[in-house]
Parts: sequence; C-alpha cells; structure tokens
Amino acid sequence: MTRRSSAVTALLLTPAGVFFFFLLILPLAVVVVYSFGERAEAGGYAPGFNFGNYLNLPARGKAFFNTLTLAPLGTAVTALFAYPMAYFLAVKVSPKYRVAMLVLVMAPFWTSQLLRYYAWMMILGSKGIPSWLAWLGFNDIQIINTPWAVLIGAIYGFMPLMVPPIYVSLEKLDKRLLEASADLGASPWASFVQVTLPLSLPGVATGSMLVFILLMGDYILPQFLGGGKVFFIGNALVDLFLQSRNWPFGAAVAMALVAIMFVTIFFYMRFVLGKSGTRRVALV
Amino acid sequence: MRYYAAFIYIFLYAPIALIVGFSFNSGRYAMDWQGFSLQWYGKAFSNPLIVQALTTSLTIAGTTALLSAIIGTLTALGLERVSGLVRHLFDALIYIAIMVPGIVIGISTLIAFVTLFNIVNPWLLAAWNFKVEMGLWTVIAAHVLFNIAVVCLLVRARLSGMDRSLVEASEDLYATPLGTFRQIVLPLLTPSILAGFLLSFTFSFEDFIIAFFVAGPNVTLPIYVFSSIRRGVTPEINAVGAVVLFTSFALLIAAQAILQRSNRKLKGA
Repeated sequence: MTRRSSAVTALLLTPAGVFFFFLLILPLAVVVVYSFGERAEAGGYAPGFNFGNYLNLPARGKAFFNTLTLAPLGTAVTALFAYPMAYFLAVKVSPKYRVAMLVLVMAPFWTSQLLRYYAWMMILGSKGIPSWLAWLGFNDIQIINTPWAVLIGAIYGFMPLMVPPIYVSLEKLDKRLLEASADLGASPWASFVQVTLPLSLPGVATGSMLVFILLMGDYILPQFLGGGKVFFIGNALVDLFLQSRNWPFGAAVAMALVAIMFVTIFFYMRFVLGKSGTRRVALV
Repeated sequence: MRYYAAFIYIFLYAPIALIVGFSFNSGRYAMDWQGFSLQWYGKAFSNPLIVQALTTSLTIAGTTALLSAIIGTLTALGLERVSGLVRHLFDALIYIAIMVPGIVIGISTLIAFVTLFNIVNPWLLAAWNFKVEMGLWTVIAAHVLFNIAVVCLLVRARLSGMDRSLVEASEDLYATPLGTFRQIVLPLLTPSILAGFLLSFTFSFEDFIIAFFVAGPNVTLPIYVFSSIRRGVTPEINAVGAVVLFTSFALLIAAQAILQRSNRKLKGA
C-alpha cells in the first residue's frame, strides 16, 4: 500500500519536476556557465573561465544606473498613489461592492502590457498632452522619452499590483483598535498615523517588493516610454542577446540582475516577514 | 477621497478606452479623429499576417493553458502527499519560477535550447536527416513553466480550504481512492483548475518578452504588434488591440466569477 501510494506521489510530481529541472534550473545553470565564457568570433559563446564579463559590467553602467534609480523611485511613487486608493476600498466602500471594485483596479494588469503602454505613447507623445499644453501656452514640453514618462508609466502599470496587498492589510485591521484609540482621545489623524499606518506597512512592503522586482526586469515600459533614451537592464539584455550577440556578457548582466533581485527578496523576508509573521497575498 | 478613487479609475481605464475609441477612427493617424468607421477591423482581419499571428498565438495559448492546468493540478495534489525536503524543494522552485523576471526566463531558455540543439542536431542529421529548431513548442515549454506555478498555487489554496471530513466519509463508505478523487476531490477543485486555465491562457496569449527570445522565426500576435508599433503607426493595431483587450477582460471576469462563486459555496457549505 505505502509503496503503491509513493509511486503515485512520484508520478504526480514528475511532470512538474521535469519542467522545473530542464527549463528552469538547468538553463539558469547554463547562463551561469556562459557568464564566465567569452564571445565567439561570430557572436554567441566560446568556452572559457574568467571574470572578464563581470569586470566589464560598468560598460552597461547607464542601464544599471537608470534601473537602480527609477525602479525604487517608481515603486515608492506607486505606493504613494496606491495607498489612498487601497484605504478608500478597504474602509470607505461598503463590503458589498469592495471585491468588485478591487477587481476593477487589478484587471488592467492582466491585459496586454504592450497595448497599454502603446496608449501612453500616444497620450504623452507630441500629439497628446504636450499639444494640449501648447494650446495653454506652454510650448515645447517634452514628456515622452524622459524619466518622467517612465515614472508615469510605472505608476500606471503597477498600481493594479500595489493596491491589493495594501487593501488586504487594511481590511483585516481590527476596527476595535481604532475605537480604542478614539476613546483615548486621539484625533482621527493621530489614530491613522499611530495605529492604521504602522499596521498596514507589511502590505505596503509586500506590494513594493512585487512592483520593484517586476519594474527592475521590465523591457516594454522603458522601450516604449523611454524611447531608447531612458533604458533599463532589460533593454541592454535584448540588445546583447538579439542585436550585438555578445551572449557571455549578456549572461553576466542577467546574473547581476537576478542577484540584485534575490538580495531584495532576502531583505524583504528577513525584515518584513520576520517581524509580522507570514502573510499570504493573493496575486489573482 | 471619492474623487481620488474616481480619478484613479479614469487614469487606469482612459488609455484602454483610447485604443478602443481610435479603433473606430476613419483616419489613419493616431490622436487625429476623422470620424466613425469600421474599416480597420475589416482591414485587420483580412490581413494574412495578422490572421497568421493570431492563429499562432491562439495555438500557443490553448496548448499552454491545457498543459499548465493538468500539470499544475497534478503537482498540487502530489505536494499534499509529501512533506519535508521534497515539499520545500518544490515550494522554492515554484517561487523561483514566479519571481525570476520574464526576460531572464526568455534568455535562459534561449541559451539552453541553442546549447541543446548544438549537441543533438549533428546526431539527428546523421541518423535521420532531421533537426530540431525553435518553434511554437519552445514558446509553449517556456510558458508552461511559469503557468504550472500559477495553477499550482491556485489549486493548493483551494485544497487547504477543503473539508477533509468529506474525503474521510467517502473512504468510510468504501469508495476506492480513485472513486473518492473523481467524485469528491475533483469537483471541489474544478473552479480553481478552470480559473488557472483561463489565467494561463491570458498570460500566454499576451506574453511578448519570452516569445521574443524563443519563438525563432514564428510571429505571435504580441510580436506582430510590437514590431508594427516600432515601425510606425499602423491603424490596424488599434482594432487588433481592441479585440485583444476585450478578450482578456472577458476571460478575467470569467476566471474571477468562477473563483468568487466557488468561494461563497465553500463558505456556505
């Protein structure tokens, strides 16, 4: 009986195991190997073992700089705009409509990112907002292909992902704490700053981590709204793999990106989950 | 606060409305309204390149969703039966699959496939005069990897909320393990499997970055849209976009409705 049931277990887990091993672990290992190799004459990979590719990372310093400044900034601004929205949904809206209204916030995230940023190309491009501003007398204002456009795009693209975790942390907040705070003479603002805000910070942290990770690996957003002027690590990777075909160097850049991400996740787990206990947040 | 929320909804939906709106524009330039017309829908769906790309994308998304729903469910069921090392290992793999950015998945699968082809193709050519190349199957493989993780998380959430006593009752009544699975477990899991199927379909249908790396010479709809946007404005894109947006909203609402209804039933029972 036990032998048969463990055979069943093995059968159930084999397909996923095969996928994870051959399409995740093995490929990532190959990327690591490539990152120590050299570029072949015709592009692609030639075996080798040296740290040249890693030492050469500053050659793409601009991409790293843009990513590592605009991704945290974009995450922070998104959190700032998302918080009042999450608060409104969790506290002000009647429970009957809450879920539906939350789904309405999340839905755009699951539709084509390509098309949504294409729409922003039109809105921020010369025939969009700048032409309305010109009508008001502000001439020659360039928005698209600037860091501002990328920031607006970040808020737009990731608001749907930032609101739900904050909403969850606000919704399960024990309302009696606020009553107690009011009974003890705290003003609504003082109650918010001293009770609500600290208790909702884990939600803000979860949302921020999700957004930060996705923003760091983004390609479409900087490609469409940064227009080749404000480029991210993702744009450097597409160039290195599909245009200039320097795969070993590209592999080193990819590894650096993954390393930064895992450090972020590590600190998140250590400081946020460690303090507040495990919080599971539904992504869908 | 109410006004702020209204502003956010407008902010989120105005760009989508813009694409849908301009898909009915009779002029050919972006942001230049010339009057109502359905001509771009007609042109888009008589353009063989668009029809071909749409067919490719539907094939990839359908296969991906089916495989992910099956494998993801099997994995969730399997993980219920193990503990300790194996369970931790799979948990870690699932989170890695979700966390590693799409672009890195694209790159690593590209490199892995190229390496594999370099090794096996000389043998295959010598033996059967045949070689393997990038194609729809490489895109499907990379998409399934991510979606197994998504389906597995959905199904496990459902399993953890399931009432064990139903399974015990079924066993007490001498149902075979397979009978219990078919009559008790599977019906309870169906909503989350279905939701996982729809989400996998949506993800796969809309993915650009992974397919960009591993599609080889094949053109999926997002790749077609991307290259036409890069080449300059083609007004057909708005019409295609409107159809894509409508489809994904419909799928999402369906997935959400299925999950909501089943949660209510679970709580009511």
